[in-house]
Amino acid sequence: MLKIENLHARVAGREILKGLSLEVNAGEVHAIMGPNGAGKSTLGNVLSGRDGYEVTAGTVAYNGVDLLTLAPEARAAAGVFLAFQYPVEIPGVNNTYFLRAALNAQRKVRGEKELDSMQFLKLVREKLKVMQISDELLHRAVNEGFSGGEKKRNEIFQMAVLEPQLAILDETDSGLDIDALKQVAQGVNTLRSPERAFLMITHYQRLLDYVVPDFVHVLADGRIVESGDKSLALKLEAHGYAGIGAGHAAAPHRAGAQA
Amino acid sequence: MNQPAPLPLVASLLDAPLPPSGIAWLDTARQENRAAFAAAGLPDTKVEAWKYTALRGLGQRSFANGDADAQTRAVDASALALPGVAGVRLVFVNGAFRADLSTLDALPDGLSLQPLSLALQGDAEPLRFALSRHYRDAGDAFAQVNAAIASDGVVLRVAAHARIEQPVQLVFAGAEAELAWHARNVIELGEGAELSLVEHYASRGDAAQLATLVSDIELRDGAQLHHVVLQDAAIGTNLIRRSSLHLHARAQATLHVLELGGALVRHDLRAELIGDDAQLHTRGVFMPHGRQHIDTQLAIRHQALNTTSTSHWRGVANDRARGVFRGAIVVAPGADGSDANLSNKNLLLSPSAEIDTKPELEIYADEVQAAHGATVGQLDERSLFYLRSRGIPLAEARALLTAAFCRAVLDDLPNAALREHLSGLLVAQLPT
Repeated sequence: MLKIENLHARVAGREILKGLSLEVNAGEVHAIMGPNGAGKSTLGNVLSGRDGYEVTAGTVAYNGVDLLTLAPEARAAAGVFLAFQYPVEIPGVNNTYFLRAALNAQRKVRGEKELDSMQFLKLVREKLKVMQISDELLHRAVNEGFSGGEKKRNEIFQMAVLEPQLAILDETDSGLDIDALKQVAQGVNTLRSPERAFLMITHYQRLLDYVVPDFVHVLADGRIVESGDKSLALKLEAHGYAGIGAGHAAAPHRAGAQA
Repeated sequence: MNQPAPLPLVASLLDAPLPPSGIAWLDTARQENRAAFAAAGLPDTKVEAWKYTALRGLGQRSFANGDADAQTRAVDASALALPGVAGVRLVFVNGAFRADLSTLDALPDGLSLQPLSLALQGDAEPLRFALSRHYRDAGDAFAQVNAAIASDGVVLRVAAHARIEQPVQLVFAGAEAELAWHARNVIELGEGAELSLVEHYASRGDAAQLATLVSDIELRDGAQLHHVVLQDAAIGTNLIRRSSLHLHARAQATLHVLELGGALVRHDLRAELIGDDAQLHTRGVFMPHGRQHIDTQLAIRHQALNTTSTSHWRGVANDRARGVFRGAIVVAPGADGSDANLSNKNLLLSPSAEIDTKPELEIYADEVQAAHGATVGQLDERSLFYLRSRGIPLAEARALLTAAFCRAVLDDLPNAALREHLSGLLVAQLPT
């Protein structure tokens, strides 16, 4: 589904990603872990097409298409979803209106029939139930006045409605108390499916207790320096990031998951 | 000293005959205002109130005064209908009252409404205070012109304690002829009276016009006015308005203004809170595009105890358009315990657009709460990216954010049908 090869990217003239390679297949959950400043959020932003991130080398193929040439909205329509580390508050734009506009814009691009407000409401009700989210969130402006936990849950709720193929979760666990973390994790687990892949970017191992990944990668200094199964996360938890990567920096190609 | 030749605009306005009234005090007031205009001419940008609105271009034009064919101009009455507004309607075309387009039968109890031209044929004495005013300040040019030659307008009174349920609609339509027209409005709400008023500027056609309007609005003790102004004039209309509000004790005025149309548009809104516990709430959006110039000058004076004013205005300028906003609040000595809050936020949608905003606050009283702020900026990039990352195309994301920005000031408009309509007009004016 996603094949990243030798990706180099700069932000504000500074090289952040320095030859990152990674392959993700449908149905897989990959965790990207790493210390602050390693380039974790840059990876999410580059994949979703945020302005200000300059790709200087490498390729990203998504279902055989060059993802980097697509506008952010085209990536979304193609099934890429980024759950933001810091979801944006948008006063004056109703959450339900926004989500329906987003879903219908995506459906239009894909040549699917747009949903009218009744059909959309029905879909939203189903998803609310599954995500265990109060419908009170729907009546408010997008993220406006939401608590940290509500914002993150709203991201997962949007993901549930938009049903992406590739979901990138950028530090969705940060700033959550244990109850909110469990709710978010449960939401993600509900959405796991053989057709869908997840890229979970996280600083801590905590989230991985609840969403068990198929693969864990360590991102350090702009590339993936070690890959393994979920036990790698436990090792990191026990020993920290210090030392990781020192002996592996020369072997970035081990990073790819098996095809 | 040799006087330079007057500008074409000034010459053409001085050329207009004073309307014959047969009322001595009115004739005197008209002559004196005309003399004051002849002496002062148009203000230049050295006059503080006209600093950002240059009249050089307009000054070079000349306009015939009034419209001899006003009674027969074709105006589509159905186009004047507004959702949420039905019932009493007073329509002026090129400044002249049009009985055929107005709905004045079955006025509710307590409402008196007639064109000024008719009111002056009856007992004019109640209008004497408003119509005998002399405008003397630098920058009063168009008020002087209006006071000299306006011969029609609205005279509206609501009796004490009368509640008028249906909104009253005042329509000022400009139609298809290059000329100047003027309207003079006198509105008074008696003690405890309540009124919803919709003031609608709806000219069509691209003829250049100059229109001046002067409105005096008096709210007696405990009166409540809900006032909506929809300014959707045609692109050739130069529209200069002055509204003066007097709020007596416990009176409340809520004003929602949408400035969409016109070429050069200027609105001076002067409110005096002269009775204890009076409240004024103004909300407005101005959206100049193309080469439009829209200038709003808000001047609020708190002159009594525990008076409140809130003013929330938003500007959106596109293309080469210019918006101007000045919000001047004075809390006069003795207006202790007053609360004044003013904000003006603006968006520039094009690098050639400009908005000049100036909040001013002067406080001479004690225990006053006051806050004011003004910003000019672009759409938030983070918000745009957030919407796009969910699949919303760039143009739609921009429109969504801009509409949300403007709509915020309409949120507390109680007439839902009208609010939706105004909101739709805002969205329709956004670039696609």
